[in-house]
Amino acid sequence: MAKTIAEINEKIKKGKAVVVTAEEINDIVREKGEKKAASEIDVVTTGTFGPMCSSSAYLNLGHSKPRIKIGGGRAYLNDVPVYTGIAAVDVYIGATAMPDDDPRNAVFPGAFRYGGGHVIEELVAGKDIRFSATSYGTDCYPKKSIETYINIKNINEAVLFNPRNSYQNYNVAVNLSDRIIYTYMGTLQPNLGNANYCSAGQLSPLLNDPYYRTIGIGTRIFLGGGVGYVAWNGTQHNPCVSRTKNGVPRVPAGTIAVIGNLKQMNPSLLRGTTLTGYGATLSVGIGIPIPILTEEILRFTTVKDEDIFTQVVDYSDAYPQGKPDTLGEVNYAQLRSGKITVQGKEIKTASLSSYVKAREIAETLKNWIKKGDFLLSEHVADLPSIESEITFKPMPSKSVKKV
Amino acid sequence: MPKKRLVLTFPSRLVDQPITYFLIKDHNLMVNILRANVTPKEEGRLVIEISGKKNDIESGMTHLNEIGVNVKPLTKDVRWYKERCTQCGACTSICPTEAFFVNREDMSVSFKKEKCIACELCIPVCPYRAVEVLF
Repeated sequence: MAKTIAEINEKIKKGKAVVVTAEEINDIVREKGEKKAASEIDVVTTGTFGPMCSSSAYLNLGHSKPRIKIGGGRAYLNDVPVYTGIAAVDVYIGATAMPDDDPRNAVFPGAFRYGGGHVIEELVAGKDIRFSATSYGTDCYPKKSIETYINIKNINEAVLFNPRNSYQNYNVAVNLSDRIIYTYMGTLQPNLGNANYCSAGQLSPLLNDPYYRTIGIGTRIFLGGGVGYVAWNGTQHNPCVSRTKNGVPRVPAGTIAVIGNLKQMNPSLLRGTTLTGYGATLSVGIGIPIPILTEEILRFTTVKDEDIFTQVVDYSDAYPQGKPDTLGEVNYAQLRSGKITVQGKEIKTASLSSYVKAREIAETLKNWIKKGDFLLSEHVADLPSIESEITFKPMPSKSVKKV
Repeated sequence: MPKKRLVLTFPSRLVDQPITYFLIKDHNLMVNILRANVTPKEEGRLVIEISGKKNDIESGMTHLNEIGVNVKPLTKDVRWYKERCTQCGACTSICPTEAFFVNREDMSVSFKKEKCIACELCIPVCPYRAVEVLF
């Protein structure tokens, strides 16, 4: 029996919607069968929490007296540079930005203790942030420099905008070389010393809606402890990849761009993050509700860790050199067991994505919907899916003429 | 046989003293050196595990105190800030003694202090700086 989002919302408003998490749905379907479960269950909630480098925020700081045109000048939040190439008092801060005087990897491996992601966490936590800017002065914006403290409570807008989050599946990273390496997938010990992965697997949003049937532009989501929306497909969205017969990609595939009001978010779900030897970033908590409109949509949400496969990739050579080689395929049940076997060697696994927080997010979103605090939205346009013919392009390589 | 993991901090005047030798010979203690940082003319630090009879451990400790060595249990110097931890588990594959481990049932991360040897491998690996060693 097919349902509509409007019908589900009516049930949510009356406090009668049946909502379960992407973990709980498996037991229910095992007990009741797909047909009965599809008619009884209204929403399945998903969750994920992990480092997402393509995260950022834009702020409108209000005008000083006399006015200063920060746009086109230089500006910093707690010494972390922000992008000023927009209007007079709008600034844009990216998760991976570092203070000018941070040694980065000049002292190897760099510590990357404080960057843009940490500024965003502190801003959301309500801390005062030191703002400094210099500019060139105009007739209408005469002031040339400013130093003050800003606080999220008294700036006009603070908006989280993440051009790429919530990757649908991701590589398992290992190190075949004989030296320790420091990567965005964490520290990797030599000679297959450990294996790091980064996905909530069966709880992860896009793995529960593999062809993006319900998640699209305009979908209302749980973002950083508040409410947000899917704004667009994420950068590097790559739906046309090899998939298993349940539709689940075997390699990194779809992504989403998300947006939401930073003022209502929670610093425990937007965490400044340090990857030694690699950089600073932001860990983001995202949860997406999946309306059970048809039996097929329900079937997609019953995906289990053992049905989700991913590739083991060498981050000492194959990844940095852009070679397509993989060292084999493993599933998330194996990864979550703590050990996998690669090239005949048993190695310990660890996750950079927090399964505990992913579960908490799916639970929180479930409770919001049950209480009638969160209504589902109809998406206004589809994300490009397998029929899109999108190909993943490398950077063009052309020789540049020297004058 | 009781076992203890200790951090010994000793002033520069004791750096040339064979401290572990006395613990072994005069107090019948089994000493396993987990870490050592001894620099001439500076403060020295030893992380050791000792095992022996209760009386012997007590007399050994009294001796160390008498000669001016500061003795602290190792567990006090390794701090896991649970509120900063996101339970990701990045530390668990690198921890050589499995002091940090994942409870597979619910995927939460736990820390068994008594297994920690203060090797500090987890410190740069933690993305949220949730572990500190206060030596």
